[in-house]
Amino acid sequence: MNPAPSSTPFAPDGPSTASTAVQPLLEVENVRRSFGGLVAVDGVSFRVFPGQIKGLIGPNGAGKTTLFNLVCGLLRPDAGRIAFQGRPIEGWKPYRIARAGISRTFQNPSLFLQMNVLENVMVGRHSRARRGFLGCALRLPGQAAEERTIRQAAMQQLEVVGLAHLAMFPAGSLPFGQRRLVELARALATEPRMLLLDEPASGLNTKEKEDLADLIRQIRDRGITLLLVEHDMSLVMRLADEIVVLHHGARIAEGPPQVIQNDPTVINVYLGGNLDHATSSQES
Amino acid sequence: MSLMRRIPPLLPFLLCAGVMVSLQQLMRATGTQYCLTQLTMSLYYAIVVMGLCLLMGHAGQVSLGHGAFFAIGGYTSAVLTTHNFSAWGHSSLGGWLQQGGVLIAKEDVFGNAILTVSPWAAFLAAMLLTTLVALLIGYPALRLRGHYLAMATLGFGLIVSKLLVGSTLTGAADGINGVPPWPLAGSLTVTGKTAARVQNYYIACALVLLLLLLLRNLLRSRIGRALQAIHDRETAANAMGISTAAYKLKVFLLSAWLAALAGVFFTHFTGGIGPSEAGAFKSVRYVALAAAGGMANLWGVTVVSTALNYASLRGWFGSLDNAVFGILLILIITLAPQGPLKPLGAWLRRVLRLRNLSEERLERS
Repeated sequence: MNPAPSSTPFAPDGPSTASTAVQPLLEVENVRRSFGGLVAVDGVSFRVFPGQIKGLIGPNGAGKTTLFNLVCGLLRPDAGRIAFQGRPIEGWKPYRIARAGISRTFQNPSLFLQMNVLENVMVGRHSRARRGFLGCALRLPGQAAEERTIRQAAMQQLEVVGLAHLAMFPAGSLPFGQRRLVELARALATEPRMLLLDEPASGLNTKEKEDLADLIRQIRDRGITLLLVEHDMSLVMRLADEIVVLHHGARIAEGPPQVIQNDPTVINVYLGGNLDHATSSQES
Repeated sequence: MSLMRRIPPLLPFLLCAGVMVSLQQLMRATGTQYCLTQLTMSLYYAIVVMGLCLLMGHAGQVSLGHGAFFAIGGYTSAVLTTHNFSAWGHSSLGGWLQQGGVLIAKEDVFGNAILTVSPWAAFLAAMLLTTLVALLIGYPALRLRGHYLAMATLGFGLIVSKLLVGSTLTGAADGINGVPPWPLAGSLTVTGKTAARVQNYYIACALVLLLLLLLRNLLRSRIGRALQAIHDRETAANAMGISTAAYKLKVFLLSAWLAALAGVFFTHFTGGIGPSEAGAFKSVRYVALAAAGGMANLWGVTVVSTALNYASLRGWFGSLDNAVFGILLILIITLAPQGPLKPLGAWLRRVLRLRNLSEERLERS
């Protein structure tokens, strides 16, 4: 896997010619976004291949969350291109991108607080069901069955994250760590091809982090590609197949964890030489 | 929530129907059947508030202009069913419309032959016009949030009410009188005639119950969850695949339809409509009533709004009418933003649980 951006990731004839290599699931090319005078993301390029766990790291203010918001459509890029499964998606509304197969969690768990846990996850099934206003109001034939399917699928996702026993609890009554998991279940319920996790481990204790790492691997094994922003270095070094390092909105390094750990630029500008110390226990 | 699950789904509707029947029987027994007129009117007003319950309580979008949609429905029906279209009678279009039952020939109070639009056709026209206006207003306005949306809808309501007062077609400040009865089906007719008072009360009851059932179904479905998701976290809702802009417009349109539907029934029932129906005070009153009923609580909103509108129509508040609803809104927002019913319910549950606990303790000792 060559991390360097290809010169023609957006070739008009697309996938048919790319028979020699695996088609990237997500391609981000020279994406730029500024807020007023501040350039938050400055010409970043990277690719995520199917089945990968890709880590996105960088100091605070490096532009990681902005990049996430650009990919999932909450922000529009000023310049550059984003393609998912070979199709350009920049400028699409978030709901369209979600339907195309990219789901996400938020840095601060963003649950629907007036609903219970199960209903939250059921919202994730929204685009997988069809009944409209009339069908639901009149309970047209098939609506009850569809509702049951939604409920069962949502329950399954709650079982995946291990919160099935809390299904009927109000979402607002859960502690922080469990809210994270509900959000994850909700994102999984959309049946994404790709999942963006924004600092999934922040605010979790050591045990919860271990469980999360297992869960993330489990999700990958189900064929879902992951892109995660994470501050916990030991976690990201263990989990990720490849890592992109951002600094001041620009990509300064990309590669497998071992390479990133020894990259002098990264150590210099970002990790300040502490990386070996932080991950020494994980090295084999 | 857990309490709701144990109640059979149709029980509240049967209970509500029971209350409606006993109210009528009570009024018959006490010889106060004339009060049924105001109760019927209150039920129609409640339909507007049910629409706001959906729009504000569930989807979280404010509207201070729903009086205007009520008026658009009512006025369209009133104008079309009272205006004389006899000039069209000789054209081929007029003849064709007459054959299709859209235009009907009859005599006015002076015995002159006139040609008016049939109530059913006028109803359809009213809903069509409401759809157009709601989409035209909703599309740009729903891009706004919070106070800005409230201001935009308030402005829309003011414009409609000024147009109604300023136009001779809508009878200027007098409004429109002499709106004919609306024969729904068979002998069922929406009319203010004394002989049909009981029948009309039950027509309004049936309409309210039917709409409650449909809206409850809607709220307990993926649509209801989508609306609630927009209310709670619009960004997250969008990221979960919900087209938030489309849903906001659809629920705005639905609530406008409910207001217009109420306006049409109301106008045929009272035989007329005036420009005050579109006024800002009316729109604010609907919002106050929705707040008083708990905003997201469909049953609470319907019951509270029927009761308070009834009191207002019976003149219980005298000349303080608008002040009462203003004060009510202020009190609710400052003291019980979730509506008075929720704290009351929580209090009841606490009392019941305490009693259960003390009983358990008694049994143990």
